[in-house]
Amino acid sequence: MNVTQTAFRQAVLDPARPAPDGLRDPQGGPAGRRFDVYRNNVVAGLSDALEVAFPVLRRLLGEGFFRAMAGLFARAHPPASPLMMHYGAQMPDFLAGFAPVAHLPYLPDIARLELALRRSYHAADAAPVAPDALAVIAPERLPDLRITLAPAVQLLGSDWPIHAIWRANTGAGGPAPVNRPEAVLIARKALDPSLHLIAASDLAVLRGLAEGRTLGEALDLGGDAHDPGPVLGLLLAQGAIAALT
Amino acid sequence: MFDRLPDTALPPLPGVGYKPQHYRAIMEDAGPIGWLEVHAENYMGDGGRPLAQLRHLAERFPISVHGVGLSIGGEGPLDAGHLARLKHLLGWLQPASFSEHLAWSTHDTQFLNDLLPLPYTKATVQRVSDHIDQVQEVLGRRMLLENPSSYLAFAESEMTETDFLRAVAGRAGCGLLLDVNNVFVSATNLGTSPAAYIDAFPLDLVGEMHLGGHDEQTDDAGAPLLIDSHGKPVVDPVWALLDYTLARSGPRPVLIEWDNDVPDWPVLAQEAALAGRALARVAG
Repeated sequence: MNVTQTAFRQAVLDPARPAPDGLRDPQGGPAGRRFDVYRNNVVAGLSDALEVAFPVLRRLLGEGFFRAMAGLFARAHPPASPLMMHYGAQMPDFLAGFAPVAHLPYLPDIARLELALRRSYHAADAAPVAPDALAVIAPERLPDLRITLAPAVQLLGSDWPIHAIWRANTGAGGPAPVNRPEAVLIARKALDPSLHLIAASDLAVLRGLAEGRTLGEALDLGGDAHDPGPVLGLLLAQGAIAALT
Repeated sequence: MFDRLPDTALPPLPGVGYKPQHYRAIMEDAGPIGWLEVHAENYMGDGGRPLAQLRHLAERFPISVHGVGLSIGGEGPLDAGHLARLKHLLGWLQPASFSEHLAWSTHDTQFLNDLLPLPYTKATVQRVSDHIDQVQEVLGRRMLLENPSSYLAFAESEMTETDFLRAVAGRAGCGLLLDVNNVFVSATNLGTSPAAYIDAFPLDLVGEMHLGGHDEQTDDAGAPLLIDSHGKPVVDPVWALLDYTLARSGPRPVLIEWDNDVPDWPVLAQEAALAGRALARVAG
């Protein structure tokens, strides 16, 4: 009786299935608990990876709940690639449809934030422009300028106070979360990503820049009352601009 | 066959599996460590701290790249995209050694992040050696293939693991990585003799050895079932098996693998020092 890898995988991921025929203990009997070693290794290994990837989710949900949820996620969404650094991309959608956390509607955006931090951590290195790079450009040239954001920059807006929740659950301190929309910029000045609260109008401008619009076009997205000074200063201070063209 | 390039350039000294939390300690005082091993897949991002650390480490230490995601024992074709990423990493890093596992982890497009077993048959000898042939051709270097930890046997198997590895290495022209803890774990789990396994192993092909800790459980019948967990010190019978092996093979690069519940650096360095003493006992 030959054991195909299809049968092996199905049984590893589904504890309701018996171990495939053709797997033996040393006496020639059925593999029994010996097959469970692989089941446990696969689910525990994937759950460990999710625990490392989503430390704030784990803190919000508690270890026991998180591990149980991670096991369900792992069986439903095994990795699609050996690059475990990218594992968990379906977590926001999974949480949005996971009835036991329906009363915590901000969780999918916390998952998106943790995914964005991980993308930033592994993003390509890029030498930033000098802190005075914008100041030395003639004012009449600014509207046509294109600002290339560094590869480690990530942008995220939410209907929930994701910045305050993240800070409160990572020991970063700050005020207690209040129920309001928040937007964040993630930058990586050296090797560690950092999280910065920005206004919704800032987010609109930065998304415009990320899409390749000119500075003038992007600023229009921020609305008439938007003062671009602080967010442009933040980009420069955080090494978040890779090129000006 | 692939016999153009050397086997391993690792020194016959203790090494450890590199963990980022040990970066500073290693750079300040590496103690008995003569080389480091990294998991290939952790260094396939585009940039940032992992690659920056690896560049610094590679200036100071010979590096062994150990893949955990190639699925060489897979029924399907190798993942060409993953092989290309591996070629890129080995290209810029130029490590002293590259090794992978006798196992499968990917099926269709799903990666299960574990080292899953395969039956030892003529057909799997052919498949595994064809895959290794492809890997060595793409990478332009010889690789080492590691013996697995076994928890069960396949009814369809036609040969022993040592005969299987000898056949694959002969056909593909690869070297072997001998995990001494895996030998002990598999022999205990399958009721065979670890010393007899070493006696039957083609030690002349071994470019590196691994040691690690394991957990102890029991199967349905109450028989011992050891789990290769890499989360504890190496146990005394495995140290004894290392001595038995080195007495027959001569000095080889010996790695301590500690991947779970990773201890502070002094504890890991102490394990490596024990490996260093075992090597010193057989040094000419």
